[in-house]
Amino acid sequence: MIRAVASLLLAMLALPALAQDSMPPAPYAYNQLDDPRLEAEASALMQTLRCLKCQSQSIADSDAPMAGDMRHQVRSRILAGESPDAIRRWLVARYGDYVSYEPEVSSTTWPLFAIPVLVILIVAGVLLRRLGKRRNDAGEAA
Amino acid sequence: MSARLYLWVPLALFAFFAGLAAFMLTQEKNQFVESTMIGQPLPDFALDPAFTGLPGASKADFIGGQPRLLNIWASWCLPCIAEAPQLEALKAQGAEIIGIAIRDRPNDVARFLARHGNPYSRIGSDAISEVQLAIGSSGVPETFVIDAKGVIRYQHIGDIRPEHVPVLMAELEKAR
Repeated sequence: MIRAVASLLLAMLALPALAQDSMPPAPYAYNQLDDPRLEAEASALMQTLRCLKCQSQSIADSDAPMAGDMRHQVRSRILAGESPDAIRRWLVARYGDYVSYEPEVSSTTWPLFAIPVLVILIVAGVLLRRLGKRRNDAGEAA
Repeated sequence: MSARLYLWVPLALFAFFAGLAAFMLTQEKNQFVESTMIGQPLPDFALDPAFTGLPGASKADFIGGQPRLLNIWASWCLPCIAEAPQLEALKAQGAEIIGIAIRDRPNDVARFLARHGNPYSRIGSDAISEVQLAIGSSGVPETFVIDAKGVIRYQHIGDIRPEHVPVLMAELEKAR
């Protein structure tokens, strides 16, 4: 029993292997902007940008150091008067559509939007024809 | 008869998509996010020295003379240890390597170089990944070929293995 407790205590003291930096986060990684209006703009933008390290999270949701550095970029650029659109364009120019965490219609993504519409149109066409035909048949039978 | 066959079409479609999904699950996924800055000039930057032994790095250090390598690395990054011998080999073959240390401390940089060798001519300290984000790099280590006009010509993602050394030398030659 004592041995089990002792090994548990030791396990709690264990240090993780050196795999991340030990630097403090960038100034605006975890600090909000003073102006609530600007902070709201920044936070809305951060929800739509993908963390490059942890690719299924937005930078607003991620604790990866690089996501913190990206939040710092977003907040300090908003504070400097850049528009959210300009900041988003700046990042897309560097990482492509991948950095966008919000579906956008572009030359590569348009089939994702077009195919469902096309399928619905086809299904609607088939249904209309069938139902129309059945009604006609029913009309003739009567 | 043909109407009967028609009934199997949805099942065949389903089997096709299930098979496709099963096949794609076995395929390796490319996790790398490539920079879309290839062919673009380096952004303006000037970084302080990452430790006392070498000068810092700025865009001006890439202008003129020969094409150079820009190595994004960090002392806390394990694959960076693995690529150290390859950086030495590139330097021995005449490549100038300018380093940018991401989120690093001077003492850690000095200790890493003392242990694993120092192939760099300069190392800038990027404590908040500012330059890394500006050139479209998404991790450490990454290595860029920069021509003498300061234009980004090639990106290598991940640690440099021995087979990548001739590739990088060829890209440096191409950037001339």
